[in-house]
Amino acid sequence: MKRLLKVYLQKPELAGVLLLVALIVLFQARSDGVFLGAQNLRGVLGILPETALVAIGVTILMICGEFDLSVGSVFALMPMTMAVAMGSGLPFSLAMTLGFGLCALIGWVNGMVTVRFGIPSFITTLGMLFMARSLTVVISGGFPPLLDPEIPSAAFTAFIGPGDLVRMSFVWLAVVGVLASLLLSRTNIGNWIRATGGFREAAASMGIPVARVKIGCFVLCSMLAGFAGLIQVLRLGSPLPSIGEGLELQAVAAAVIGGTALAGGIGTVLGGILGAVLIRVIDNGLVLSRVDANWFKFAIGALTIFAVVANAWLLDRAKRIKVET
Amino acid sequence: MSGANGANGVTEGVPEPILSCRGLDKWYSGVHALKSVSLDIAPGEALGLIGDNGAGKSTLIKILSGVHAPDAGEVLMDGRPVTIDTPRRAMDLGIETIYQYNSLVPDLSIARNLFIGREPLKHSIGRFGLMDVPRMRREAVEALAAVDLHLRSPDALLAELSGGQRQGVAIARAMHFKSKVLILDEPTNHISVKETEKVIGFVRGLREQGITGIFISHNMHHVFECCDRVVAMARGEIVMDRRVADTSIEDVHAFL
Repeated sequence: MKRLLKVYLQKPELAGVLLLVALIVLFQARSDGVFLGAQNLRGVLGILPETALVAIGVTILMICGEFDLSVGSVFALMPMTMAVAMGSGLPFSLAMTLGFGLCALIGWVNGMVTVRFGIPSFITTLGMLFMARSLTVVISGGFPPLLDPEIPSAAFTAFIGPGDLVRMSFVWLAVVGVLASLLLSRTNIGNWIRATGGFREAAASMGIPVARVKIGCFVLCSMLAGFAGLIQVLRLGSPLPSIGEGLELQAVAAAVIGGTALAGGIGTVLGGILGAVLIRVIDNGLVLSRVDANWFKFAIGALTIFAVVANAWLLDRAKRIKVET
Repeated sequence: MSGANGANGVTEGVPEPILSCRGLDKWYSGVHALKSVSLDIAPGEALGLIGDNGAGKSTLIKILSGVHAPDAGEVLMDGRPVTIDTPRRAMDLGIETIYQYNSLVPDLSIARNLFIGREPLKHSIGRFGLMDVPRMRREAVEALAAVDLHLRSPDALLAELSGGQRQGVAIARAMHFKSKVLILDEPTNHISVKETEKVIGFVRGLREQGITGIFISHNMHHVFECCDRVVAMARGEIVMDRRVADTSIEDVHAFL
């Protein structure tokens, strides 16, 4: 019994779950029941996958002990690349492959530079943030291109499910979320990622290719950011060069709220998704509660700090529960 | 402990060394850390390696465990030259190293730690696949019991264990993968007196299991308690090499 309690208190996403339940109850009451209404849920769930997919990549990368500030820019660059490529006559499948290829390349450069030159990924990806954003504006020619009607947008944005509650993007999120979660908790690569982020020297001394593991996580992170950007652009119907600004920090906030340790080694995919849900819930809940929308960033900031403090406190409680080892 | 030496079919006379270093040299940016070091280690031998900080013992160990490559010289295993270019290669050859800073990850469970880099897979594509978690948990418990460490759950995080228990997990890992040569780099640092005794008893027992041990320590008493042979290093060279039975702590001190 004690052990079970200890195990649950040690779950890094526990604080996030408790906060989410509390906020849902609060917003439901403050909005006179509108918050959990089908109409509102459709809105929230329709845009959730875009934040959550980015958060998944950032969470995995942070567990591996690194950081990516360029996801917001990659989020804009991927669909822009695709749109421009289609504008110059490439078919959808090729243009999409080109977009994802560019994302993978950016992730690879982020990883290579960080690992090979031993510089903090904070710096590498800060540089990439500016470069990828600039590239987005340059290739757009300062003018957002039109989206080709040939694109099967429905596969990403169509409403589905009972009462058309969610969009297709939600299905993609579910698939990616389950796969990423399995990757981290059930595969040997997941073990390597955790070991690399938890204690790099130990991982290396056990023969784990830590450089390649890190670079792989950078690539995954960039590609998920690009995928999320693609979904948003298909939902909006136009590849704006300015989308995703500030998203990098929201994604880090989501990961941290979900219990990911900044130093690496600790965290879960579910926690990252939960963090993204919390951000979207607050965004929406504040509006429904008729609070000035400018308080949104304040709330996210406060939540981030609160979640980390709560997590540390819960972990400390867990540590004090004495069980035989 | 050991007492039946030579009785179990080990031929008398000089056995072929399991591990030989021939003229190993290593420079670290201008510092000559290892100066043409040659050393033969007999199978089943427990060798104590001592020396001050910077004497070259860590460098020698890092070459044997695949962390660094020598600038000159070669390593032979069972008489055949081997290239130990990665830690993985060393592990595949049967050379396991237990480092003083502990080669375990605090935030991972005991079971996951035991199998880092060598996870048993249920389904795999190449080197990657789904871990056989039940098997990892089961074998973790067995491996720990084999080194007389009885922990309630293989799912406990390593951070929850004491220094000695962690050392036990590291030893259990090395034993589980049937190492031929076990390198213990200052294994008695940062652990209690009682746990130190356990480690020393373990090194003494290696011979019975047919495992060659290289035991690095600052503490001469520990070396004399559990090793057959003592090798002292200073300034990148071997300055003394004797059977423990033929020497004394005072003798060794005179060389350092």
